[in-house]
Amino acid sequence: MVSDTAAPARPPVRVLGVRHHGPGSARAVRAALEHDRPDRLLIEGPPEADALVAFVADPDLQPPVAVLAYRTDDPAAAAFWPFAEFSPEWQALRWAVDNDVPVSFIDLPAALVLGRPKDVPPDTPAAEPVTGPTLRTDPIALLARAAGHDDPERWWEDVVENRSPGDPLDSFAAVTAAMTAVRTEHPEQDTRTLRREAHMRKLLRAAVKDGAQRVAVVCGAWHAPALAGTLPGRPPTAAADNALLRELTATTRAAKVTATWVPWTHSRLAARSGYGAGVDSPGWYGHLFSSTEHALERWLSGTAQVLRAHDLPTSTANVIEAVRLARALAVVRERPEPGLTEVLDATRAVLCDGSDLALGFVVAEAVVGERLGQVPDSAPAVPLTADVRASAKSLRLKFDPKPRETVLDLRTANDRRRSQLWWRLRILDVDWAAPTQVSGTGTFREGWTVAWRPDLEVRLVEASMWGTTVESAAGRRLVDRADSLAACATAIADGVTAELPAVLDELTGRLDRFAAASADITGLLRALPALVRAQRYGSVRGVDTAALAGVAQAVLTRICAGLSAALGGLNDDAARDVREHLEAAHDAVPLLPPGPARDGWYAALAETADRRDVPALLGGRLVRLLMDADRMDRGQAADRLHAALSVGQDASEKAYWVEGFTAGGALLLIHDRELLSVLDSWVASLSADEFLTVAPLLRRGFGQFEPAERGNLLTAARALSHNPVSTVVEMAGFDEADLAAAAPVLATVRVLLGGLR
Amino acid sequence: MTDAVTAPAADDATVLRPHAEQQFADELAALAAVDDRPRPASWRLSPWAVVTYLLGGVAGDTVITPKYVGSRRLIEVAVATVATDRALLLLGVPGTAKSWVSEHLAAAISGDSTLLIQGTAGTGEESIRYGWNYARLLAEGPSEAALVPSPVLIAMRTGAIARIEELTRMPSDVQDALITVLSEKTLPVPELGTEVAARRGFNVIATANDRDRGVNDLSAALRRRFNTVVLPLPAGIEEEVGIVATRVAELGRTLDLPVADASEEIRRVVTVFRELRSGLTTDGRTALKVPSGSLSTAEAISVVTGGWALAAHFGDGVLRAADVAGGITGAVIKDPVADRVAWTEYLETVVRQRSDWRDFYRACREVAG
Repeated sequence: MVSDTAAPARPPVRVLGVRHHGPGSARAVRAALEHDRPDRLLIEGPPEADALVAFVADPDLQPPVAVLAYRTDDPAAAAFWPFAEFSPEWQALRWAVDNDVPVSFIDLPAALVLGRPKDVPPDTPAAEPVTGPTLRTDPIALLARAAGHDDPERWWEDVVENRSPGDPLDSFAAVTAAMTAVRTEHPEQDTRTLRREAHMRKLLRAAVKDGAQRVAVVCGAWHAPALAGTLPGRPPTAAADNALLRELTATTRAAKVTATWVPWTHSRLAARSGYGAGVDSPGWYGHLFSSTEHALERWLSGTAQVLRAHDLPTSTANVIEAVRLARALAVVRERPEPGLTEVLDATRAVLCDGSDLALGFVVAEAVVGERLGQVPDSAPAVPLTADVRASAKSLRLKFDPKPRETVLDLRTANDRRRSQLWWRLRILDVDWAAPTQVSGTGTFREGWTVAWRPDLEVRLVEASMWGTTVESAAGRRLVDRADSLAACATAIADGVTAELPAVLDELTGRLDRFAAASADITGLLRALPALVRAQRYGSVRGVDTAALAGVAQAVLTRICAGLSAALGGLNDDAARDVREHLEAAHDAVPLLPPGPARDGWYAALAETADRRDVPALLGGRLVRLLMDADRMDRGQAADRLHAALSVGQDASEKAYWVEGFTAGGALLLIHDRELLSVLDSWVASLSADEFLTVAPLLRRGFGQFEPAERGNLLTAARALSHNPVSTVVEMAGFDEADLAAAAPVLATVRVLLGGLR
Repeated sequence: MTDAVTAPAADDATVLRPHAEQQFADELAALAAVDDRPRPASWRLSPWAVVTYLLGGVAGDTVITPKYVGSRRLIEVAVATVATDRALLLLGVPGTAKSWVSEHLAAAISGDSTLLIQGTAGTGEESIRYGWNYARLLAEGPSEAALVPSPVLIAMRTGAIARIEELTRMPSDVQDALITVLSEKTLPVPELGTEVAARRGFNVIATANDRDRGVNDLSAALRRRFNTVVLPLPAGIEEEVGIVATRVAELGRTLDLPVADASEEIRRVVTVFRELRSGLTTDGRTALKVPSGSLSTAEAISVVTGGWALAAHFGDGVLRAADVAGGITGAVIKDPVADRVAWTEYLETVVRQRSDWRDFYRACREVAG
């Protein structure tokens, strides 16, 4: 018969209360295990992960990684337990695997954590997403306050983490004693925590019954007194614990759960995780864990390297001064050792010249220190794969390697969900299906070529770091991708197509910030059409686009404010680049709802057209766009054309102007006598030398017209009965050098062409 | 704030502005009495007591008034810097209490805030090194008695803090005279064949304006002898409106302007300044371009004062949007191209949307033309 208490005298149970992701705790745990050499190791974590322990020996499993448990029938319900190199739990796992000590996890099973209340039908989704055990009253904060410190993180760092372990067991005894004091003062009320502790005790008893001689338990400091049996009053009996657990199993339907290893990142370690113990400086902790001697000096030298990599000169002398300042600051603040706060203050003052921008590099690259973990291929399937399988099954899609074409009708629910799935997978770089052009009209038809490839499985595993379901993963990936103005606009368009409304708010907010910071009008012009189309056609896909319309209008307002300044003084090549985006934006503007932003666009075009320093190509183009949009009347446009082609300009400028003006179809010139005659008389007035300069430029403009249009234009020009030769030559498309010599031939051709009509 | 050669007596009631160490002599004495922490060489107080003196607290039964309202971390970094005998550079836009902090640091650390050099375009090397009493020089030749020491030289000899105001306004060659002083901690006097070695406790606290363009930037060699602490602008709008209102009222009295309540207009000017400075509207929903000008609290003060003068002399004495529109446009648009874009964007996307800002929008559009 097993003893009722959790900590009987024999066999000795050693409870190691740790701070999750605390490097000092990790070192101490390692030392304690070396010293104690237990034959059984228990760790706070879901028992489902027991099967995953074997992978720890695999060299391909490299932290940061996380144990992920998800409902097999609903991968969106998932809980994760991340481990970094410097996590005490990871160090304990490694020690157990290296020493062939049996190890198991003793927290509540994920099956119950992710289970749903029994009185609710099984297909009702959980009321709130399960993200693992909730945060309790912060025990460390209570202790720190008792010691007169306002910052619990710093207090723990000073008292436990930064202390070089003399006798590691000693410090664990102290932690347990301190926590006992806190929990005596503030008894635990949270049923969930009490149940978890009951379960931990239950498995601890089982381990003892199993015949273990020396058991070590690694758990959060808060639970240490509950497991060591140091709380006041009689320690709970096995029967009491079982009764407590039965309350849970009586009301909760256990879920079918799959557990696996997934790669993790340092920056996601920083986010609040299932442990309720977030870390915002994993890089710093990793450093504290891995370097024991001259940690401060090494760290600041590393900081200097980060700054040098950004071309910020950082001398060794300055590193020395930073070390001195950090130490002096620790003295002023009466701390035993400089902590991260001191180090960052010193870095800012000495190495960064007070610049927050430079300090930002250090924080991102050293303090957080992004690192991606790795998981062996043999690890069980990730939930993302399971989610894709489940969706494919419900949509009656087969993983067929043979390419097959299909056309979806987005008006039917099934087809719309297929399209959704494929678009989302494309965002995750899993190109199971590729969109193809589809004949016919309407925005509700979509063509796809579908083919599954085995390597896509690997892509799914890679993509699993973004989320557990296709929807959440694609959403997060989109946000991650949107790191520039253009990328943001594309991401928004993709988000609308793939129906990811959850991330659109964040993306539009981000776009707004990018747009505000950007002085690059071309970038804004490039972003606008995608945005406008997204807000216009979003409704086809059932996405609320009101916010998008707002952002699109804001972007347009910003463009209008800067347009004339941006287009002034451009050279010819840049003007050609901008023209395309200008036209695309111009086409997109009418799709916006009417309002001041839309009117502002035409006002900005008019203002720009009035500038004297606008390149000729754009000058012509702007007049034409304004005229086509009925914002400038014919007579005025003819005046502009006349002015542009008058004596003041040189011939190539004029030709550029004409190219810009005539781009986009000849119909205008065919039907507008006034404009054509201005153009015609200009061509006629050119000297032979000028004509040679201008001919290729003009041809570039006129060459874009359809042959039939050119023919019509020719007829129109002939009807003007001016000296037609030069105009006609251009329109017919001859571009030989010696045009004067060919004049008689051309005259004949003209007759022939005219005769055809 | 002048270089008083002869310090006026602390109890001289006619003195317009006594030095910090005179004005707060009681607090300094009370702190010194209770301060049992280790003091760096030549320091009057321990670093802890210096921090307490600046940020306020209690020493025995004397209440220490806060001299600087803001981040404790910054002041700790500043004091620790001086304690490691690195020179301290206080950076910030005008009106962020740089000189004020430097004066009080010097007063608390060495009990003397008068070893001051004001950096101007005309500051010569003799202000940092030494000059000569020419009558003596001609009569006796170079001698110790003919030497006129600079504040820096005096500070080196006595192990005190020397203060340099507006370091970046000095010509670069004069700035560079500091390099030897800061790295070698000695000042050679070749004319006498001697050198002055700094005593322990000597240090330099300099202030500079980091938003002014066209001033003499520090050379890399000098810069790396300083630790830099950036003093931020007021954190909250209430704080800043308070500063502006107080200063405007003071200036108004000096200019004999009629007293009128202008708090609404002041709030609006401060809001515009804060929003453009931070690149984000107060509600956090619209991001903005940040103009190139510093848009400091000091400029907000001058915009309001200018508007007030306009209203008093040419209007009905009530400060209105039209009175500040011209000033604010001028304060924002420092660069005729980029800033105009930022300002137009701001007017169109933010000001125009605010229904109770109609008058301001119209006035600004009128000025912008």
